Amino acid sequence: MSLSPQDIARIANLARLELSDDESARILVQTNAFFDIVEKMRSVDTAGIQPLAHPIEVIQEVALRLRDDVASEPNQREANQRTAPAVENGLFLVPKVIE
Amino acid sequence: MSSSPSHIHDFTVAQLASKLRAQELSAVEVTQHFLARSHAADNLGAYLAFNDDFSLSQACAADELLGKNAGGALTGVPFAHKDIFVTKDFPSTAGSKMLDGYYSSFDSTVGNKLATSGMISLGKLNCDEFAMGSSNENSAFKPVLNPWDHKRIPGGSSGGSAAAVAARLTPAATGTDTGGSIRQPAAFCGITGIKPTYGRASRYGMVAFASSLDQAGPMARTAEDCALLLSAMCGPDLDRDSTSLDMPAEDYTRNLNDSIEGLRIGIPKEFFGEGLAPDVRTAVDAALKEFEKLGAKLVPITLPRTELSIPVYYIIAPAEASSNLSRFDGVKFGHRAKNYADLTDMYKKTRDQGFGDEVKRRIMIGTYVLSHGYYDAYYLQAQKIRRMIADDFQQAFKACDVIAGPVAPTVAWKLGEKSDDPVANYLADIFTLPASLAGLPGMSVPAGFGEAKMPVGLQLIGNYFSEAKLLNMAHRLQQATDFHSRIPPTLVEGA
Repeated sequence: MSLSPQDIARIANLARLELSDDESARILVQTNAFFDIVEKMRSVDTAGIQPLAHPIEVIQEVALRLRDDVASEPNQREANQRTAPAVENGLFLVPKVIE
Repeated sequence: MSSSPSHIHDFTVAQLASKLRAQELSAVEVTQHFLARSHAADNLGAYLAFNDDFSLSQACAADELLGKNAGGALTGVPFAHKDIFVTKDFPSTAGSKMLDGYYSSFDSTVGNKLATSGMISLGKLNCDEFAMGSSNENSAFKPVLNPWDHKRIPGGSSGGSAAAVAARLTPAATGTDTGGSIRQPAAFCGITGIKPTYGRASRYGMVAFASSLDQAGPMARTAEDCALLLSAMCGPDLDRDSTSLDMPAEDYTRNLNDSIEGLRIGIPKEFFGEGLAPDVRTAVDAALKEFEKLGAKLVPITLPRTELSIPVYYIIAPAEASSNLSRFDGVKFGHRAKNYADLTDMYKKTRDQGFGDEVKRRIMIGTYVLSHGYYDAYYLQAQKIRRMIADDFQQAFKACDVIAGPVAPTVAWKLGEKSDDPVANYLADIFTLPASLAGLPGMSVPAGFGEAKMPVGLQLIGNYFSEAKLLNMAHRLQQATDFHSRIPPTLVEGA
C-alpha cells in the first residue's frame, strides 16, 4: 500500500495543516517509508482478541471513572487568558464565522 | 562512591537531603549553587527557562522548615522539570514554538507533590517537541548536547533532563516516558531513570502526547534517589486523571537493601539479536554477570512480538497525538498566524507555523489511521496486537521475576546522524516500546561504557506494581559497581 499526493492533501485538510509543496512531498516519502514497516502488523491474526486501551486491563478490571458533574475549579479567567492570542472583554476572539 | 564528594553538585539527592536536615548546608546555598552552575552551562542547551527569584523563595521556605527540624526526606533539595509539566511560575512550552511564551494557570499534580515534599524547582528542561523524538533534536528551540561527548545527542525525549543530571546542573529531574523517553536518554547520559506502572503518577498537567502511554517518572544519578523522588511523585489523583490508579502512594525505598539471592532474571532472546551493537551487548552481559554474582539466576525467555511493537506503537501514539494536539488551534492559547482569510485558514496556517516536522508527520499518520475506512485496519488492529504483547509479558513472568536487557541497540549517536531519517529513529526504540505498550514499569541503570566511551544502560522491566523490586535490583547493582558515579569528561575541565 502506498499513499498518493492526493492522499496527503486530503489528510492534511482533515488535520487542519497547511503544508507547503516541499513539506507535502517530504511527508509523502517519509510516510510511505513508515507504512512499509506497518505492513507486518496487518498480517497478524487477531481474530477473537479484544483491543487494549488501558494496559492494566491485562491483569485487573479497570473502571473508567466519571466525577460528579459539579463545578470544582475556581474561576481563573484572567490567568487562563493571560497568554491567549486575542482577547477582548474577557472573551476569546476568532475570525468572523457568520456573515 | 569511593571518596566523599567535594562540591555541592557532586552530592546525590539522598546526601543533600541529609546534609540539609543536619543543617550542614542551607537550601538557599544549595539552590544558588545549582542555579549558578546551570546558568553557566548554557552551551549544553539543557534548560529552557529559569525563575531565580521563585526558586530562591522556595529555598527560603525550605530553610525555615529545616530550621525547625521539620524537614522531610526531600526538603530543600533542588530538581528541575521536563518542560512538558505545566507550571504557573515558569513558562511551559513542551519544546514547541506553538507554546512559546505560554504560562499555565495551574501546576501539574506531580509538580505540586514535589513542591509539597519541600523540593525546589530550578527551572524547565529542554525536550523533543511535545515529547516526540529520541534525540532531543526535535526541540523547536535548541538541541541538547550529551555531557559525555558534545558532538552526540543526549537521547530523548527527556534529553534536557538526562543531560542536566549527568552534567550535575541539578541533582534530579522529572521526565516522561511514552515509548522510552525516560529510559533511553538516561541510558545515553549514564544516569538512572524509572518509568512506573501506567497510572501510578498523575498525568494532570503533563502536556498530553499519547494518553494511554504517557507516564511520569524521576531521573537522577542513583536508584536510591529515584526511589525517593518516585515515592513523592506517585499516588492516586482520581478527580483529575481518569486513568490514575486507585492505589495508595508507596515508599519505594523500602526494599532497596533486600538481598536478590535466588531472583530469576528473564533474558528475552529477541533483545539480543543481530540488531544489538556488540559494544552494548558486552556491557549488558557484564552487568548481568554482576547480578549473578549477587545470587540472581538468568533464565532464557521469549517476547515473540518485540519487533511488532514498532508499528503498533507508531500507529497508537500518533493516533492519540493527532487527537490531543487538535487543541492547538490558535484560539485559546499559544501561537496564532498573523495573516489568514477565515477561521479554517487561521487554523491551518497557525498549525503549519507552530508545529515542527516530526509533530506534523505524526499528526498526519495519526489522522490517517483514524480516518474513515482505515480505523479497523490500523488503529484497532494495533490495539489488538497491543493486548497480545502485554499477554506475552504475563506469559514470560511465569518463568521469571524481572526481565533484563539493553535499553537501546547502540550508544548515543552523533548530532544530525539520523535527523533526516525518521524511520531510523523509530527502529532504535525497539527495546523500550514493548514495556510501554504493556504499561509495565521499566528502568535504565548505568551498566558500563561502549563505543567512544559512551555510557550503556541496562533495562530492567518488572511486572505491574513492582517498582520497588526494580529499584532494589538497581541499588544492589550500584553498590557493586561505580558506573553511576563516573564523571563525564567534559565536566573535568573548567567544571
